[in-house]
Amino acid sequence: MAATEQTIEQVRNLAEAKYKYGFFTDIEAETAPKGLSEEIVRFISAKKGEPEWLLEWRLKAYRHWLTMEEPDWAKLHYPPIDYQDSYYYSAPKTTPGPKSLDEVDPELLKTYEKLGIPLKEQAILAGVEGAGDSPSIAVDAVFDSVSVATTFKKKLEEKGIIFCSISEAVQNHPELVRQYLGSVVPYSDNYFATLNCAVFTDGSFVYIPKGVRSPMELSTYFRINAKNTGQFERTLIIADEGSYVSYLEGCTAPQRDENQLHAAVVELVALDDATIKYSTVQNWYPGDENGKGGIYNFVTKRAACRGRNSKVSWTQVETGSAITWKYPSCILQGDNSVGEFYSVAITNNMQQADTGTKMIHIGKNTRSTIISKGISAGKAQNTYRGLVRILPKAQNARNFTQCDSLLIGDKCGAHTVPYIESKNRTARVEHEATTAKISEDQLFYCRQRGLSEEDAVGLIVNGFCKEVLKELPMEFAVEAQKLVAISLEGSVG
Amino acid sequence: MSGELTPTHSPQGTGASFIEQVKQAQPALAPVAHPWLACFRAEGMERFAKAGLPTTRNEAWKFTSLRGLDKLTLSPAPDAKSVPVDAIPTALEAPGPRLVFIGGQFRADLSRTQGLPDGVLLDALSAQMATDPQGLADRMEGLLARFPGADHPMRSLNAAFLADGALLHVPAGVKLAQPVELVFLAPPGVAAAWHPRLLVLVEDGAEATIVEHHAGQPGAAYLSNIAADVAVGTGARLHHYKIQREGTDAFHIATLNTHLADASTYDTFVLNLGARLARHEARQVLGGEKIEARVSGAYAIGGDQVSDITTLIDHAKPNCTSREVVKGVIDGKARGVFQGKIIVRPDAQKTDGYQLNRALLLSETSEINSKPELEIYADDVKCSHGATAGELDEDQMFYLRARGVPRDVARVMLIGAFLDEAMDEIIDEQVRAYFRAAAAAWMGTERA
Repeated sequence: MAATEQTIEQVRNLAEAKYKYGFFTDIEAETAPKGLSEEIVRFISAKKGEPEWLLEWRLKAYRHWLTMEEPDWAKLHYPPIDYQDSYYYSAPKTTPGPKSLDEVDPELLKTYEKLGIPLKEQAILAGVEGAGDSPSIAVDAVFDSVSVATTFKKKLEEKGIIFCSISEAVQNHPELVRQYLGSVVPYSDNYFATLNCAVFTDGSFVYIPKGVRSPMELSTYFRINAKNTGQFERTLIIADEGSYVSYLEGCTAPQRDENQLHAAVVELVALDDATIKYSTVQNWYPGDENGKGGIYNFVTKRAACRGRNSKVSWTQVETGSAITWKYPSCILQGDNSVGEFYSVAITNNMQQADTGTKMIHIGKNTRSTIISKGISAGKAQNTYRGLVRILPKAQNARNFTQCDSLLIGDKCGAHTVPYIESKNRTARVEHEATTAKISEDQLFYCRQRGLSEEDAVGLIVNGFCKEVLKELPMEFAVEAQKLVAISLEGSVG
Repeated sequence: MSGELTPTHSPQGTGASFIEQVKQAQPALAPVAHPWLACFRAEGMERFAKAGLPTTRNEAWKFTSLRGLDKLTLSPAPDAKSVPVDAIPTALEAPGPRLVFIGGQFRADLSRTQGLPDGVLLDALSAQMATDPQGLADRMEGLLARFPGADHPMRSLNAAFLADGALLHVPAGVKLAQPVELVFLAPPGVAAAWHPRLLVLVEDGAEATIVEHHAGQPGAAYLSNIAADVAVGTGARLHHYKIQREGTDAFHIATLNTHLADASTYDTFVLNLGARLARHEARQVLGGEKIEARVSGAYAIGGDQVSDITTLIDHAKPNCTSREVVKGVIDGKARGVFQGKIIVRPDAQKTDGYQLNRALLLSETSEINSKPELEIYADDVKCSHGATAGELDEDQMFYLRARGVPRDVARVMLIGAFLDEAMDEIIDEQVRAYFRAAAAAWMGTERA
């Protein structure tokens, strides 16, 4: 199938299903015993053949976690989570590190095909017309607890780029992993991150060497499949001096009545003159209209702009999950470093999202931009929570923040909780926030031209989000726009 | 849904030494005969002892630490009658009715309550306790019933020491021609604590203006802990202004609850200049329709002062407008805090809420903490907030310097202009001019 046809096909599929990723793949899996204990931590570490230092680190985290309390400051309501009632390790049985794609279980390949994720190296993800035969995207596919395949490894290796699962990185590049793992999000950081340190099972590892511009987009696709399983992946991206990488992350899960926990940690390190662009389209199963089921998405994402002139740009489209608790942050250490955060968070039905960012200005002339668009429909609650902190040495730091909320229906809520702390007078911090509903005039205009109410809302909301969506790589932009409309289905009329 | 500024207080809150002093001081209070008032005190003490002083681990007090209170050694307040007073501040050219309090105690000889329209009650709480305790208890009960769940440790502390304060009751339809001034002075050189209470009832269609003055001298670490309960009736108008110039070693904590009924107008402004630590916490409940609430303020601080303005504008009913402009100038090692929350409850459709917070940092070591917050549960609303922090605009400075204005003068002009944007929110012209002059005087001393 040609790329364009594939795109059309896929977009049609997207448009038809409410949550078309709700299927379950029946695949033989190897699972650790239920529950959480030191034994489980040791089991996971042994399963991965990890070195002693990593096991020690995990155990240190686990013991620390036992002393911590679950945070309750977010505007989120959910029943207490029983951490013993979950599996912490589940892996498709046939894939103890397949050497090539041919060895991957065909069931799995089918699953990814269904998800629209190309694991065949000649495949091209939908959305790019005329991309020709040159590959534009390399994918690391994480299925439950383990990475099942990584594409275009060879091509990337030619440039010196390391793109593999973090388990492989631990084996093959232990010095890099040891140097950077936990250096941005320490093991004691917060309840969910600490839990992740203890039980993380896989995730992606990226190292871009000095002066290298990644020739293609790197992408990880996360899929939760097994029942009662928590997914705890860990991503570590290091961009060495003068390098550039654009990284995409996507995720889905089957439709289930019970809630599943997803507690990931993402660490980004940008050295001198390096740029990391990190895009997420989060589409975990959101639960049904009555709030039954859905993923609890408690994620810690943080970037350290360590080098001079380094830059990290977070773009996120959050449409899924029953609960989203996520604050991708930038620590702007290097002079002239830049942090960006572009976010669209859509909540419908009974979904709850408490999301935002932190920009910590430490170095001179550091700059940050925050654009957040929150859309709340149904009975959902959507909160932007953000922090801009200017430390005393951040001469001439600049921040601009804009948070807009859109309310669709009179049962939902939209909240804005920004914190602004400045300890340097030469810094300039600006924050703006608005809340409104969809303009009657705009709706009328669209309806008059023959658009259905639902299409009109989709169009208007896409317009509202445009500032953020335009930051997404092409591959994701098409999908994201469609997703925005789908997420709001049933919210009007 | 959280509607509280201070939702929970850990019982093991800090301030053990302070709480101990408070417990020891309470029995020394003159007893009250009236059972409701006695009970009010006892319950206040109980609640405060249980809650303790709020700590920075409490979200509502994240930026303002009361640890300094624990280091105080409080002595009993001197008898107000023995304190000589040379000047009483006034915002008015022709002073009208006023109540004067020294160290929280009423001074009848310095006060003026004559010439008010019939039915208007302006009196000290201590006097009312003696003459009409039942009337006072009834009014307080009626006022407090408007703020269910408004528990607050500093209000509990205030209740525990209920002894004096001001009562203004304006009956329906009466319009006060002259502003009422409430003057709270600290006796010089005394490190004591006082807890005055303000009760203001402006009934349907009535109109009044209040100007609060709080002033003291540096050199004594005293605590002035004011609690106010205000009710504005249907179609009534209340202008409520406050200027705070406590001594720079003092603690000033004011907690205000205001309830607004249908079609009322509330215009309030606070100017914080003094105190080592000042917290002005104002909660406005827009309990009716078509209300206009204007809740603004300004502060200018230096040295190691902390100025905290915390507001909650609670839109409970449809078709109301709220507007808030708070601006601050921060010099030296001072720290400004602004926490402004707007809640729009599910019922409050067609709400129009606007909030602006700006801070000007003048020195290397100054600091601002700002938390503008929107909590919105209704869809047909228009709410926005803006917050900025930065230094004096070099371009503006250059413009003035290029025209031959000396740097110092230009600086004062620019700071004055910056604060004026907030001051312009004050509707009463006399008060506006007075507040401006006070801010200008601050610039004179601070920049000298």
